[in-house]
Amino acid sequence: MKLGILVNEGPYTHQASDTAFQFATAALAKGHQIYRVFFYHDGVNNATRLTEPPQDDRHIVNRWSKLAEQHGIDLVVCVAAALRRGIKDEILAKGFRISGLGQLVETGIQADRLVVFGD
Amino acid sequence: MNETTGGIDSQEETSGTVKKFMFVNRRAPYGTVYALEALEVVLISAAFDQDISMVFLDDGVYELVKGQHTKAIDVKNFSPAYRALEGYDIEKLYVDADSLAARGLTTDNLLVPVEVLSAAQMAELMAAQDVVIGF
Amino acid sequence: MLHIVNKSPFERNALDSCLRFGRKGSSVLLIEDGVYAATRGNVAEPKIKAALDQMKIYALRPDLEARGMQDAVMAGIELVDYGGFVDLVTGHTTVQSWL
Repeated sequence: MKLGILVNEGPYTHQASDTAFQFATAALAKGHQIYRVFFYHDGVNNATRLTEPPQDDRHIVNRWSKLAEQHGIDLVVCVAAALRRGIKDEILAKGFRISGLGQLVETGIQADRLVVFGD
Repeated sequence: MNETTGGIDSQEETSGTVKKFMFVNRRAPYGTVYALEALEVVLISAAFDQDISMVFLDDGVYELVKGQHTKAIDVKNFSPAYRALEGYDIEKLYVDADSLAARGLTTDNLLVPVEVLSAAQMAELMAAQDVVIGF
Repeated sequence: MLHIVNKSPFERNALDSCLRFGRKGSSVLLIEDGVYAATRGNVAEPKIKAALDQMKIYALRPDLEARGMQDAVMAGIELVDYGGFVDLVTGHTTVQSWL
């Protein structure tokens, strides 16, 4: 199946991004396709390359970048939410792109399922 | 290229598929950003010719209360946007009866016409959806 | 419909709302802090027991283990891992997250 994922919260403060990542990984292992991961509200903070978490803990941003690279997953950050929160092209981590809310709606239309991870 | 829809020409790329989208609002306005940013999604979704419903449950019913004056908190008053929805052909606005009653509200307190549903009716509506997005 | 609840019943009313609108034959998956509702002896237990008559209730094992609650799960709740989570999503026509 084609699965869409919506991540509504930023890294570390909420478990949403972690759970979404584990879900995506498990879905790929089962042979499903991740149609798109869309980041909204504070979820846009998952896209900054400036994070420096402690070495002995997971690197949430890099984990998403790596997954996207390995499996060709489209990681999209909402432009309006990003601008509000200071997430811009010049600080985007690898694999993320900034685009409009239409990409979220389109995910709902094209994917077989859309799962929302938030607070 | 359509800037607002994020590069999607809705007619070409998604034509044909019409899904039932439900946007679920359960949070009060201003204390958090969810009410505002949910509205932004709904307004964009109007461009895609889908079957859109907005439901307001729990504290989400507060989003529709009349008379929001935000000058003193210096935050943009976005409540007029609920009245603009009709102009975007988004007319299916549903409110949970129990949530209204629990908050001492009636439809007279609300700034737009809504359909009030019982829990059973709301459950039936939810079960009929293809895509449900909560914020 | 698959309903997903990720908040503790003590923190939010998400579980209550979910159960109010969940219909017979639907499923509820408890994840993240929502897994506390799956544990014995807490005030949500009667609600969960009543819901089990109408719906299937699942809890995400990794989240229970993370919280040290894996031995406190009430009878009737089925535990799944992330793979099972995926199967629940694909096995229901729609998914609704109660945040």
